[in-house]
Amino acid sequence: MEKWRATSNLRRSLKSILNRQLSSVSEFRYLNEKRSCQSSFNLIRDCKSLGQVNAIQHRCFSSASTLVQRNPSFSTLNSDDISYFKGLLGEKSVIQDEDRLETVNTDWMHKYKGSSKLLLLPRSTEEVAQILRYCNSRCLAVVPQGGNTGLVGGSVPVFDEVIVNVSSMKNIISFDKVSGILVCEAGCILENLISFLDNQGFIMPLDLGAKGSCQIGGNVSTNAGGLRLVRYGSLHENVLGLEAVLANGDVLDMLGTLRKDNTGYDLKHLFIGSEGSLGIVTKVSILTPPKLSSVNIAFLACNDYSSCQKLLMEAKRKLGEILSAFEFLDTEAMNLVLHQFDGVRNPLPASMHNFYILIETTGSDESYNREKLEAFLLSSMEDGLISDGVLAQDINQASSFWRIREGVPEALMKAGAVYKYDLSLPVEKMYDLVDDMRIRLGDLAKVVGYGHLGDGNLHLNVSAPEYDDKILEQIEPYVYEWTSKHRGSISAEHGLGLMKANKIYYSKSAETVQTMASIKKLLDPNGILNPYKVLPHSLNS
Amino acid sequence: MKIMVPVKRVVDYAVKIRIKPDKSGVETQNVKMSMNPFCEIALEEALKIKESGLAKEVVAVTMGPSNCVDTLRTGLAMGADRGIHVEAARDLVPLSVAKVLKKLVEVENPGLLILGKQAIDDDCNQTGQMIAALLGWPQGTFASKVVLDKEKQVATVDREVDGGLETLCLDLPAVITTDLRLNQPRYATLPNIMKAKSKPIKRYTPEELNVEIKSDLEVVQVTEPPKRKAGVILSSVDELIDKLKNEAHVI
Repeated sequence: MEKWRATSNLRRSLKSILNRQLSSVSEFRYLNEKRSCQSSFNLIRDCKSLGQVNAIQHRCFSSASTLVQRNPSFSTLNSDDISYFKGLLGEKSVIQDEDRLETVNTDWMHKYKGSSKLLLLPRSTEEVAQILRYCNSRCLAVVPQGGNTGLVGGSVPVFDEVIVNVSSMKNIISFDKVSGILVCEAGCILENLISFLDNQGFIMPLDLGAKGSCQIGGNVSTNAGGLRLVRYGSLHENVLGLEAVLANGDVLDMLGTLRKDNTGYDLKHLFIGSEGSLGIVTKVSILTPPKLSSVNIAFLACNDYSSCQKLLMEAKRKLGEILSAFEFLDTEAMNLVLHQFDGVRNPLPASMHNFYILIETTGSDESYNREKLEAFLLSSMEDGLISDGVLAQDINQASSFWRIREGVPEALMKAGAVYKYDLSLPVEKMYDLVDDMRIRLGDLAKVVGYGHLGDGNLHLNVSAPEYDDKILEQIEPYVYEWTSKHRGSISAEHGLGLMKANKIYYSKSAETVQTMASIKKLLDPNGILNPYKVLPHSLNS
Repeated sequence: MKIMVPVKRVVDYAVKIRIKPDKSGVETQNVKMSMNPFCEIALEEALKIKESGLAKEVVAVTMGPSNCVDTLRTGLAMGADRGIHVEAARDLVPLSVAKVLKKLVEVENPGLLILGKQAIDDDCNQTGQMIAALLGWPQGTFASKVVLDKEKQVATVDREVDGGLETLCLDLPAVITTDLRLNQPRYATLPNIMKAKSKPIKRYTPEELNVEIKSDLEVVQVTEPPKRKAGVILSSVDELIDKLKNEAHVI
């Protein structure tokens, strides 16, 4: 993992450390000093003592071989640029204030921090187009940003890229009540869309823990998965059209609202999941499912992982069309949540179980669905698949179950340092990795496994009080190699961003990646859109 | 000792309610219904008392059309021993409920009647008080703590009142209505749901109990409260003073 940290105050100690390091590092320093005397480094984790900071410095430079260097072909901002943007967008949408820049430069996990000097807040597609046209002509690197809730460092600058944040583009353009097709701007917050649709009797096809802050443009750009994928499918299936702005300022209007349209190559799929590296998504047209009245949710306990798998098989068979979510968490995850949050109580307090499963069903007939779910649960209990479980009796209890599952990432953040991995693996093998990691790490750190069992998606998290290279060595590249061996994906839904930009070969062939690079070169010849991310750095000419 | 707990089926507390277009009431078609939260607390308290050995049986009672049995099932799944369902048309007013309860009390002879303080659909807060008056029993309403003394046959109840907490000592049999802070209701576990299927539910009609259900109240109209007007963001203190003076007339 690449990290950029330091502070200008520590230049003195920096010098002594640097003198001990490899030549590639001095190259790094040289480039940065050449750039500007301003703080080219930033401290990320709160460091309580200088000694700790030195350790972090050391760690940063010890992985010098994977260090990224600022692309020298990108220009630096000057006052003419600022005046141009102010003229184009107005004073209020051009932010240079240090405090505001601080937040947009840092990602949600406080792991990655850039040093951008400029935040732009366009309010329309036309403004985005003009910004990109100008930046392309000046060769200024740009980072598209929405809710900044990404987990792989893809939404924040690496160096001084200009941040183009679409939060001000938050209008709902239209909604067709008959077909359920929603057209809205990219800056709409997911939770707001969910509330809007609620009034109309519909729901969004995706739901994630970050819904209070994440924006639909970002969701689409990262092909976000979420909790309901097992029922409604991925965004590739639900997005009917989108409008995107290319690097040179051209606006691609692919904002169709048609269910079927086989005219030519379906380019929108390129943008869905490209993490802002091929274009900035400005509008989305999405198919929303009707809101069904009967939602039931059960919180269950299983003794071992094979029971969880069998339960999943049975659920898909017996609950069939009404199954809308199938999530799992292990004891470690449950303990973490109970420990970190006050208002949360364990629905199954009798004893600590090994695995917890959350099953949600959504259907139109309350009594029929409830009976179906109860029958399934009781027969699973008789077959020994479930050791205990509770069924929510009202919406409040249902929310409390979701709070536990959705709260795991937050609890991990609060517990200290966390190494996050998001892997797609064959269901039978999934938990073997967690067990392996526990053996490998021993007492060094706590290994937590949870995720969307229904989609074969494991969120493997390693939690430790502090970041430590000894822990990182045990994890990478072992986790990636393990995943690759089982033909899994090293990033099921989080994307590659900065964190996994050089890891794509674990899951994709060289020829495939080469073709991706060609497409990137075609759509963004100067490489200004979200540089240093998604594709390996070696491919940037 | 037997404890009787009346429970009510209401629109789920977390649902955003809508008024029917003809303004005759709240939309209940296709809307999630659950047990009234205060009734859940009452049932939880009864179960706690039973688990501590001070009571032998907990009987859940509900009144209304046949779909009310769902609520009874929830109560049985939580741990009640028996259920009683009194068939009646919807929307019984508290006085009718109290009259029916009086007859049931005469049949069942419970030592304690625990109810929720109010139902979240009508917010009447009357049933507990009315049944206590009809039976001539002492009442401890808005209970936030209940302690039973079996030997002396009294219940010490902490009540949440406007001025703070009031502690009452009631001779049993008594009526207690529960407030929010009394306890946290338990979840319905699968083993209990399984057991609930075989627990008996007795059905009555008001005629069998010799109770006349008639309402002296007629709902004329139900409307939404007026929408809150949006606030205005002002740009300077002068503008604020001007608005306070000339528009709001407060200075």
